[in-house]
Amino acid sequence: MTTSTPRVWWKTAVGLVLTGLMLFPVYWMINVSFTRDQDMRASPPHLVPTNGTLDGYRAVLDQQLPYLGTSFLVGLGTVALTVALAAPAGYALAKLRPPGGPALSFVLLIAQMIPGIIMAMGFYAIYLTLGVLNTLPGLILADSTLAVPFAVLIFTAFMSGIPDELLQAAVVDGAGRLRTFWSVVLPVSRNSIVTVSLFAFLWSWSDFIFASTLAGGGDHQPITLGIYHYIGNNNQQWNAIMATAVVASIPAAVLLVLAQRYVSMGVTAGAVKD
Amino acid sequence: MTPTTQTSTATRGRGGAATAAPPGPPASRTRRPRRWLAWNFLAPVAIYLVAFYAYPLYRNVELSLREYTVRSFVQGGAPFAGLDNYRTVLTDPAFWPTLTHTLVFTAASLAFQFSIGMALALFFRQHFPLSGTLRALILVPWLLPLIVSASTWSWLLNSDSGLVNAALGAVGIDQVNWLTSPGWSLTSVIIANIWIGIPFNLVVLYSGLQAIPVEVYEASALDGATGWQRFWSITFPLLRPVSAITLLLGLIYTLKVFDIIWIMTRGGPTDSSATLATWSYRLGFGNLLPEFGPAAAVGNLLIVMALIAGLVYIRIQRKQNLR
Repeated sequence: MTTSTPRVWWKTAVGLVLTGLMLFPVYWMINVSFTRDQDMRASPPHLVPTNGTLDGYRAVLDQQLPYLGTSFLVGLGTVALTVALAAPAGYALAKLRPPGGPALSFVLLIAQMIPGIIMAMGFYAIYLTLGVLNTLPGLILADSTLAVPFAVLIFTAFMSGIPDELLQAAVVDGAGRLRTFWSVVLPVSRNSIVTVSLFAFLWSWSDFIFASTLAGGGDHQPITLGIYHYIGNNNQQWNAIMATAVVASIPAAVLLVLAQRYVSMGVTAGAVKD
Repeated sequence: MTPTTQTSTATRGRGGAATAAPPGPPASRTRRPRRWLAWNFLAPVAIYLVAFYAYPLYRNVELSLREYTVRSFVQGGAPFAGLDNYRTVLTDPAFWPTLTHTLVFTAASLAFQFSIGMALALFFRQHFPLSGTLRALILVPWLLPLIVSASTWSWLLNSDSGLVNAALGAVGIDQVNWLTSPGWSLTSVIIANIWIGIPFNLVVLYSGLQAIPVEVYEASALDGATGWQRFWSITFPLLRPVSAITLLLGLIYTLKVFDIIWIMTRGGPTDSSATLATWSYRLGFGNLLPEFGPAAAVGNLLIVMALIAGLVYIRIQRKQNLR
């Protein structure tokens, strides 16, 4: 062990370099967000923000707060809807062996493969008829389709791990299915609820295609559209654009810090997301 | 800590199920209705799937079979047009270039994402101090909102003030118009998409590597196999099922990539980076006069491609589960 220590640290050094290369664009985003307007087109570009400015972040506070608020509300709504729909379904598929259960799982798997542009066009046609374009509930509903199939599959996988003895004990105590679900299954499944909630929030927060098709013309526009309008309108203020991008990345950072191990679990369990 | 408890409950759960199953519910008479009761829990999702997946899909097919104008889109009553929209799309001069771009974009993205992801997975498999933390950090590109990644890459690849051109200029290479010249735009969006896809490949391949028993390697080390021989004779064959799944899922995801391309180039200049997904969007939403019929037709072509890949994926996964 002692003889191999230098070799091991050498690997850590290579690992740091590789990670640094992969994350360089992220660093650049942060760097540009602090760069002054007059340094923006400097040649060669400043690798560190020596004369840093907070103008970009001031612009975020002045202009982007409504967008951030909308995204936050839509994210919360998506989480609530997703968990409410998917947790009972996961319980049924994992523990109650319903007739037709495997077929439903199959449909869920297929549902994840439908390209977003097709869903968006279908939703647009329906929403136009129903008059719910540019509304918060409309966007929440559309965004939830990004997460619900994944959530059911995750809940099914996690809840299969709940010991049957635990559920039987509840039945012996006289609890019905609903009560067993509510006071035994749900509390035990806290980890999976957290995982699903974090992913559902992140995906709805990151959604661009539903936002631009279903909410692009209204008062309730999420942050992805805030950035998009920025890019379109003022091509010069890249510190403001990148500052907004940094702020928009916060949920991803929180997810990684809070739920690091669930993230890779989420990626591999059924390996979903586009 | 939590994962270990998770797995232990998982194994216990399975063991419990195995021992608890034989006694089972006493009367088979009550069994069937009870299993149907499970649909009380499934009904919301089932209704949801019909209302928010099946119905939009149906509307999409319907859109592609009718001659829609803005007026009839709102008020209804568009005449049935059969396969006219598909004919329009297939004979459009933009069709073949767009299809080619889609295939090039997908193939190039997959090839690089997979090989770089594999190399990183092999590297991170050798545990060293900080390896877990660094592996988690590499997930960042995959977790970022696509608009964030796309706009960051737009600025990196900016012709006049982008860092990439500055770096190239430092070694004497002339300015490349990454996003604004038809010759480079597709390459640019492919580069950004590779960057986004590497973490996914890394994570899935890494978990596949973890499943290969150490003993296999110990045996080959005794036989004196070199690292390279070990990779080609042990790791690669044993990893083939996981690789197939990774590539197929990658294929399904890459076919439908829209955000990155639209945000970076809008499929341009002059459609040089347009794929089926961006073309469909442009037809439906990108012009002043929307052409919903052709847009839906392009979308449906895309879904057929994705579904074929999806069915292959499910077939392969079934086979593996049976093994």
